[in-house]
Amino acid sequence: MSILHVEDIGIAFGGVKAVDHVTFHVEKGEVFSIIGPNGAGKTTLFNLMSGVYRPKFGKVLLSGEDVTGREPQELARRGMSRTFQNLQVFFRMTARENVMVGRHLLEKRGLFAHLFALPATARQNRESAEAADRFLDRVGLAAYADMPASAMPYGALKRLEIARALAAQPSVLLLDEPAAGCNPVETEEIERLVRSIADEGVTVVLVEHDMKMVMRISNRIHVLEFGRTLAQGTSAEIRANPKVIEAYLGTHGSKEASVACR
Amino acid sequence: MMRRLMSNRLAVPAILSLLVVGLFFVMPSSFYLRVAALVWISALAVIGLNLLMGYAGQVSLGHAGFFGVGAYSVAILPAQFGLHPLVSLIVGALAAALLAFLVGRPILKLKGHYLAVATLGFGILVFMVIGNEAWLTGGPDGMPVPRLVLGDWRVRGGEAWYWITGALMVVGSWIAVNLVASPTGRALRALHDSEVAARVVGVDVARYKLIVFVISAVYASVAGSTLALVNGFITPDAAGFLHSIQLVTMVVLGGMGSVLGSVVGAAVLIVLPQVLTAFHDYEHLLLGFLMMAFMILLRAGIVPSLSAAFAGRRA
Ligand SMILES: Nc1ncnc2c1ncn2[C@@H]1O[C@H](COP(=O)(O)OP(=O)(O)O)[C@@H](O)[C@H]1O
Ligand SMILES: [Mg+2]
Repeated sequence: MSILHVEDIGIAFGGVKAVDHVTFHVEKGEVFSIIGPNGAGKTTLFNLMSGVYRPKFGKVLLSGEDVTGREPQELARRGMSRTFQNLQVFFRMTARENVMVGRHLLEKRGLFAHLFALPATARQNRESAEAADRFLDRVGLAAYADMPASAMPYGALKRLEIARALAAQPSVLLLDEPAAGCNPVETEEIERLVRSIADEGVTVVLVEHDMKMVMRISNRIHVLEFGRTLAQGTSAEIRANPKVIEAYLGTHGSKEASVACR
Repeated sequence: MMRRLMSNRLAVPAILSLLVVGLFFVMPSSFYLRVAALVWISALAVIGLNLLMGYAGQVSLGHAGFFGVGAYSVAILPAQFGLHPLVSLIVGALAAALLAFLVGRPILKLKGHYLAVATLGFGILVFMVIGNEAWLTGGPDGMPVPRLVLGDWRVRGGEAWYWITGALMVVGSWIAVNLVASPTGRALRALHDSEVAARVVGVDVARYKLIVFVISAVYASVAGSTLALVNGFITPDAAGFLHSIQLVTMVVLGGMGSVLGSVVGAAVLIVLPQVLTAFHDYEHLLLGFLMMAFMILLRAGIVPSLSAAFAGRRA
């Protein structure tokens, strides 16, 4: 059984069919990449999978269970976590606190204990803080732990979102352009990080524009264009697919195409 | 050293305790003790409202409605049902909580200006009910509130109320800082910055907004009950629109997301008009001018702006 199954899903905004009859399944532990030119519908697909948008038609199955139209927090409870292409960071909180929020579902949430500072709350805070520090360390942000997120550089914020998503200990992790805006060194770090996440058995669904990274890291790739599936296959199959080459040559300039076709 | 002290969660209740005790010894007369008691009472309501506005980022322009529920509970329940004022205060707080729960469910789905107008409507509704049901509330003229009697002690006089209201305010600040530094507090601050990010890590945003709305309503209600007991009389103005605005102004002036700021905001807005009465005709003009000056010069609110300036100078 696939851990994540997207069945004939679609949504439209006004007249724009942002995602249109897309079907795929993702197997446990693989890195499954979704690529396509800007505006192809990748982020919208993430929003549909994570419950941020409700699909107009089609289904999402998580571990075989129909979760179509469920709220994001319910999907989180079932093991899905994600990052955002346009940063969604808690800017008024420190890096550590950002990641501690990622522990939300693993925390004891008794309001009475929180209001009256019962010992259990102090214990919980310590536990969450320690866990947060572990995840910050994991993404290479240990030095930023006490810094307000508003003071952190862009590249660090991308990794902060990954740390927060990891802190929820997901079984499926959706990463929306984790390396966008990062320099080559940072991009390499993120590739290593994604690799290590997958090696731990977490299923990764990746949207990324850096084709070198996508080609190296993905078990399978799904190509979108104008909201529709253009192709699907392994890196080698995608690289050799004439429709993909044409789409990238046609709409995306030659630079990325040459990378994709190498 | 100073910074380590300030970063401790208990620093704020500790500072406020010292303030309450210290001020008592410099107060020249019982008139000043009464003014201070009014500050502590407002501060209590403002701390609660700050949890909603400053931490969770949800506005309420109708919080005096909850204040009024508390105030009229200690007036009506003893008169109609012979309940003890303390029991009435608790019943009032529960009623405010229930009301906040029922009202909050539909209106907390709204955001920004829409939420502001909806809460405004709620406040006006409470005010109208209090004003119209004269058989129960005395209508626009208000109604008397029976004295608080604890055992053999008839609570009266500036001194007694100074200590009671001061203690209530300190306890309120302690509960607030506890909440802020807990998983619930982090969830509230998170949804303030990004609801969608909070949701995808499992925060039930609607539920947490409701929780903090109810908590802030209970703060307002307890403050309202206390004010009614101190004054021995209550009018619908306690639940009025102007009072709601005053509470919001205190939050913003003192500092959004600052428990200490809540107390400072309340103090400034209660003490300043008293001081400015010396200027007779220009009183309101000066008050308005000073409020604008505060916001322009200390735009994050008095406490956050000053502590940032202080930290900057030391760094
Ligand atoms: N919330 C929205 N409202 C209106 N149009 C949207 C919305 N989200 C996405 N779109 C449109 O859907 C299409 C796909 O966008 P998106 O999923 O962001 O693409 P990608 O992530 O592949 O670059 C675009 O035409 C975009 O303008
Ligand atoms: Mg996108």
